[in-house]
Amino acid sequence: MTRNLPTSGSLRNHLVLTLIGGAAILALLLFFAIRNYATQVAQQGQDNILGASVTSILDAASIRDGTIEVDIPYASFSMLSTQSDDRIFYAIYQDETFLSGYPKLSLATVSGQESIFQSVKHRGKTVRLVTASRTLIGIEKRTQIRVALAQTQDALSGTLAQISRNAALFGTGFFALAALLSIWASSTTVGQLKRLTNSVTRRGPQDLSPFEKPVPSEMLPLVTSLNSLMQRLDHSLGQSEDFIAEAAHRVRTPLATVRSYAEATLQRVDKEENRQALRSMVRAIDESSRAAGQLLDHAMITFRADHLEHQNLDLVALVNELVVRLMPIAEMKDLELRFHSDAQITYSGDPVLIQNAVRNLIDNALKYSPSEGTVNILVTAAPNVHVRVCDSGNGFPSEELNTLATRFKRGKNAEGTIGSGLGLTIAMDVARAHGGNLQLSNGTEGGACALLSL
Amino acid sequence: MRIAIALVLWVLPQVIFAQEWEDRQLFNDHASEQKLRIISSTDTSFFTPIIKSFISKYPNVAVEYLVTGTADIDRIFRATPDAFDVVISSAMDLQLKIVNDGLARPVSNVPLPSWAQWRQSLFAFTSEPAAIVINREAFAGHPIPDTRQKLIEALRARPEIFRGRIGTYDVRKSGLGYLFATQDARASETYWRLMEVMGALDIRLYCCSGDMINDLSDGTIAVAYNVLGSYATARVESKGAIEIILPSNFPTTMMRTAMVSIDAPHFEDASAFIRHLIALQSGSEKAAFPLPPLNSKLNDVERSTIALEPALMTFLDTLKRRRFLAEWEDAVIQKQQK
Repeated sequence: MTRNLPTSGSLRNHLVLTLIGGAAILALLLFFAIRNYATQVAQQGQDNILGASVTSILDAASIRDGTIEVDIPYASFSMLSTQSDDRIFYAIYQDETFLSGYPKLSLATVSGQESIFQSVKHRGKTVRLVTASRTLIGIEKRTQIRVALAQTQDALSGTLAQISRNAALFGTGFFALAALLSIWASSTTVGQLKRLTNSVTRRGPQDLSPFEKPVPSEMLPLVTSLNSLMQRLDHSLGQSEDFIAEAAHRVRTPLATVRSYAEATLQRVDKEENRQALRSMVRAIDESSRAAGQLLDHAMITFRADHLEHQNLDLVALVNELVVRLMPIAEMKDLELRFHSDAQITYSGDPVLIQNAVRNLIDNALKYSPSEGTVNILVTAAPNVHVRVCDSGNGFPSEELNTLATRFKRGKNAEGTIGSGLGLTIAMDVARAHGGNLQLSNGTEGGACALLSL
Repeated sequence: MRIAIALVLWVLPQVIFAQEWEDRQLFNDHASEQKLRIISSTDTSFFTPIIKSFISKYPNVAVEYLVTGTADIDRIFRATPDAFDVVISSAMDLQLKIVNDGLARPVSNVPLPSWAQWRQSLFAFTSEPAAIVINREAFAGHPIPDTRQKLIEALRARPEIFRGRIGTYDVRKSGLGYLFATQDARASETYWRLMEVMGALDIRLYCCSGDMINDLSDGTIAVAYNVLGSYATARVESKGAIEIILPSNFPTTMMRTAMVSIDAPHFEDASAFIRHLIALQSGSEKAAFPLPPLNSKLNDVERSTIALEPALMTFLDTLKRRRFLAEWEDAVIQKQQK
C-alpha cells in the first residue's frame, strides 16, 4: 500500500542548514567585530598613556644657563608599568642633536603640539612609538625639543589574546544558541506538517470529513485542496453506495413478486420434477432478496455510521426484544435460543445499528446450527459492554477467522446455506462505528462464537 | 720565541682580568666540564654557602665567582655579555636597564611573585634596607637618632665630634650608592638637607659598604649613611662597636637581583643556578642563605621596597643623572672645599 516516493531533499534539513549557516556567518562577523573594536580600544589605551608620559617628559624640559635640561619625572616611566613588564625606549633630541636615551630609536619629524603615534620595529620588536615636540625659547634662539617614547606591546597582545578568547567564546556561544534555536524553529515548522500527516494517517477508512483544525496560513492551500479532494471522494463514494442501495431496492420488489408467483405455481404443479425446479427457484429468489436486503442494510449502516446518533438505550431490553422476535424462526428449525444477561446495561449508541448487528449475528447462528441445537446469547457489561452469540454448529473454518468479516466473503462451510456474506461485515462496521470490535472464535467443544464488543 | 709569545698571550689577559676583580674564586675547579661564570657585586663570603649547595646538587659544574662594584658590573657586562652566565648586582636600576636593553635571557619556572621579578628575566632574591650605622662610642650619653631628621639634629648639635667622621657612598662611583641616593631624594627633601649638613662636616666618600664598615668599626668614622644593613650585621667582630639603625620614617629597601646573560655560554646551568638561588631564598635555613630573604610583607609602609619597574631607568638618563650629580656635588663636595 505504501510506496516509497522519491524525495527532493528534506525541508527540515534545508531550513536547519540555512539557519545554522547564517548563524555561523553572523558569529564570525561578531568575533571579528569585537576583536577589531577591542584592538582599537586597547591601542587607544596604550597611546593615551604613552602620550601622557611623553607630555610629562616634555614639560620637564627647560633651558638653564643656556643648556637644555630635561628632568624626567619619575612618574613618566612609572606610569608605563604593565602586567607583562613591557620594555620602554626613549630618545631626547634638541633640534637634530641627540641628547639622551636610546640613540637608535627612530623618531618622526613633528612640529607643533601634535603627537605622532606609530608602530615601528625597534631591536627586532614591534613597539608603539610616540613622538612629540616642544619649542623652548632661550635668550639667544628658539630650540625644538623632540622626545620619542616607545613601549613594547606584550601586555597589549596579552590583553588582545584574552579578548580574542572571550570573543571567540562569545561567538561560539552565540552560534550554539542560534543553532539550537534554528533546530527548534525548523522542528516546530515541520511539526505542523507532521501533525497534519498524523491526522490524515490516523483517520478511519470511512472518515472523509474535512479538516477543521486551524493550520498555518502557508499550509492552508494544501489543506483546502485536500479537503476538496476528500469532499469529491466522499461524494462519489456516497453516489456508489446510493447506487447499490437503489439497485438492491429495485431488485427486491420484483423478486418478491416473482417469489409469490413461484409459490403459487408450486401449489398447482403436481409433477415432481417441476416442483423440484420451482423449489430451487424459490430458494434462489430467497437468497437474492436476502442479499439485496443485506446490501440495503449495509448501505444504511454505512450512512448511519458516518453520522452516528448517540442515544441512551438499555442494551439488555434491546437484545431481548430481538430474541423474542426471532424465537418463532428458531422454533421452526427446532433450535433453542438461550438468553443470559445482566439486569440492565445502559449504553449510549445507535439502537438501529446495534439491533441490526445483533440480528445478523443471531441469524448466522440460526443458519449454521444443526437441528436440536442451542444458540446462547449473552449480554454483559463486564469487563466491557459486549454481546456474545455462540451456536452449536461446526464453527468457523479456523484458517478464515480473520477474513470472514470482509464484504461478500463467505465461509467454506457455507455452501448450501442462504447468505450474502455481508452479515459479519455489517456487525463489524457497527462495532467499529461504536469504537468496538467484532471477534470471531470457535468454542472448545465446537460451535462458533461471535463477540461484539462495543 | 713562540713559547714566549704564547706565554705572554696566556698571562696577559689573566693579569688584566686579575686586576679588575675585587675578588675571584673558583668552586669545584676539578669538574672542568662546564664553568659557570657569575659576575656579582655581593661579597664572596655571602655566596660561598649558596654556591657550595649548588655544586653539591650539580657536581659536574664548576663555578667562577667574580666580584666587582655595581657600576663596573654594568660596564663590563655590557661590553662582553657572552663572557658571563649570571649577573648579580644590588644596583636594581642598572640591572633593570640591562634587561630592558635586551641583554638578559628569560628563565621560565622561577617561583617568584610578579613584584619580585621583571620580564621573567630579572629575579629579586634579597630584601635589604639602607641603614644608618653608627659607632656606639660617638653617641655615648646621647640619644641615638632613629630618623634622618634626628640625625641632622645630632650632627648639628656636635659638629666638632662628627667633622670628617661621616661616611656615605660616592654616588658617582657606586651604582648602589646612586640608587639609594636617588630613591632617598625622590622620597623626601630631608635627603638634601642631610647631604648639605654632612657636606659641611667634610663627609668621607666610599666606593663600597665594606670599607665604610671597616672605618666605622675602628672608629675612623662615627656615622655611615645608607649602608647595607646586611653587611654590617655580618661583621660579627664589630657587633659591639656599631649599631644599625633603620630610619623609622622611610628606610629605602633594595632587592638584590640576578639574571642570566642573553649570550650565556651555559644557559641551562645558569637557569638552574637562578632556580636554586630562589629556592634557597624562600627556604628558612639561615646557614644556607646568609642574606636577608625577600620581605613577604611588601605592602608594609615602614619598609618601602624600591619597585622593579621601568621608572628605575629615570635616574639613569644622561641628562637626569648629570643634573642629579651636579646637585649632589653642590651639596656634598663644594661645601667641603669652602
